[in-house]
Amino acid sequence: MSANTSKDTKKLQPSFVTSPPAPDSCQNTYNNSDHTQKHTVADEISERTFQDVSLCYQCGKCSAGCPIRYYMDIAPNKVVRLIQLGYYDEALKSETPWLCAGCLTCSTRCPKEFDLAKFMDAVREIAIEKGVEVKQKNIIKFHQAFLDQIRKHGRSYEVGLVAEYKMKTLDLLQDIDSAPGLYLKGKLGILPHNIKDRKVIKNIFKKTKNKTDNRDTESTY
Amino acid sequence: MNYGYFPGCSQTGSAKEYDISLRRVIDKLGVSFDEIEDWSCCGATSAHATNHKLSTALAMRNIMLAEQQGMESIIAPCAACYNRLIMSQFEIANHSGVKQETEKLLSSKFLKDIKVFNVLELFLKIGINKIAENRKRELSDLKVACYYGCLLVRPAAITKFDDAEQPTSMEKIVESTGAHTIDWNYKVECCGAAHSIARRDIVVDLSKNIIDDARAHGANVMAVACPMCHTNLDMRQRAMRRKYPGHEEFPVLYLTELIGLALGMNERELGIDLHYIDFKYADSALENSIANKMG
Repeated sequence: MSANTSKDTKKLQPSFVTSPPAPDSCQNTYNNSDHTQKHTVADEISERTFQDVSLCYQCGKCSAGCPIRYYMDIAPNKVVRLIQLGYYDEALKSETPWLCAGCLTCSTRCPKEFDLAKFMDAVREIAIEKGVEVKQKNIIKFHQAFLDQIRKHGRSYEVGLVAEYKMKTLDLLQDIDSAPGLYLKGKLGILPHNIKDRKVIKNIFKKTKNKTDNRDTESTY
Repeated sequence: MNYGYFPGCSQTGSAKEYDISLRRVIDKLGVSFDEIEDWSCCGATSAHATNHKLSTALAMRNIMLAEQQGMESIIAPCAACYNRLIMSQFEIANHSGVKQETEKLLSSKFLKDIKVFNVLELFLKIGINKIAENRKRELSDLKVACYYGCLLVRPAAITKFDDAEQPTSMEKIVESTGAHTIDWNYKVECCGAAHSIARRDIVVDLSKNIIDDARAHGANVMAVACPMCHTNLDMRQRAMRRKYPGHEEFPVLYLTELIGLALGMNERELGIDLHYIDFKYADSALENSIANKMG
């Protein structure tokens, strides 16, 4: 990890404690408008999750118990460290937040009561907003397809979800063995369950919109 | 108490049998609830993974509906829905501005405190004695691995229910059916959850570990209380066999189906025939247990 090979000791100071310059690449990418960078990505995450990212003292208990750690590119505690040190680019591009299953094992065991799952939620959200290229494309396509069903129908519609997901990923063969079974067993409804007040749902989506709303950001991913 | 019922989307589709068996069992135990009218999706993983405001608003819409429909509490049988509902309530109660923001999105105000129960809490409230009293057969030849997964017990500070690392409430409920429970290591390990479609490889690995541990500790069936866990542990066994050819089928039942069997209902009534992995509670076992009871 590049953070470990840093020659500049100044960079090892968390950006929100003092205000050292963040690594150059990050400064250019994310602080175009404000080079004094009053409001960093770390601050933003702290605000959205109602907890200071500096709470984490890197004991690594989260990564030790993480069921998905094996599949991740960066250990969960290291993603926190990257954010603490101002290496936002590395953190936001990591696959780790996307692979986090939100099982809350880390949040439950953290000796500092730092809610790491919530931190990962915020990292994902900010990565989406900043248009960072996500490596785990199928995961975000799944989320988009799922949320699309809710926006349209108010409830999840499994047939629509799978169809839309397949269209997005062109992974037409996956689950071809389980879907017919589900149909035969009468589990997958042919028609969506539309709720009555779909207007309120559409309104919620509209007012809370970010880039996961793929109608106008399809090309981003 | 006037329970509201929040089935959740899965219960209308891939987890139909969870809904069917819950309704039948509850009815048999003399408890009733009203489905929240016009309920909508809680937002599930996809909303909180990508947009926290959307997630809170989608979940809280259902709490608001329950309040408007005069309900005092909500039963959320899906562990994931349950978790989204209580997490959103926690946000609203503890973080400044979230309540006002969500009220604005829903154009209405939160006035009452609605308690959300998961399915384990529901049965503990009804009373496990009641299950034992109404038992028509003793499931004593079943050795059950009680699987809690993630979202029933975590995070403990918010669920305020059972122990997050070594929960025992499901064991108490299962034992009231006459079945045995086993000690094992994977009862709160993650099955891979919402990665079921986009990263099936991960789900297959994690879910297989869970099944293997249950079997290694002597279980012959697993009980779950979450549609997502059930899909991963039951439906994904086919993919497990493809990746790990030595994998042997292992039946996974919803807790409500297990209780239903003890209350004398058959597999078809409980929707057990809708599972991928067949499970038939042998009639001979039924006769034997009745004979034992009488004898």
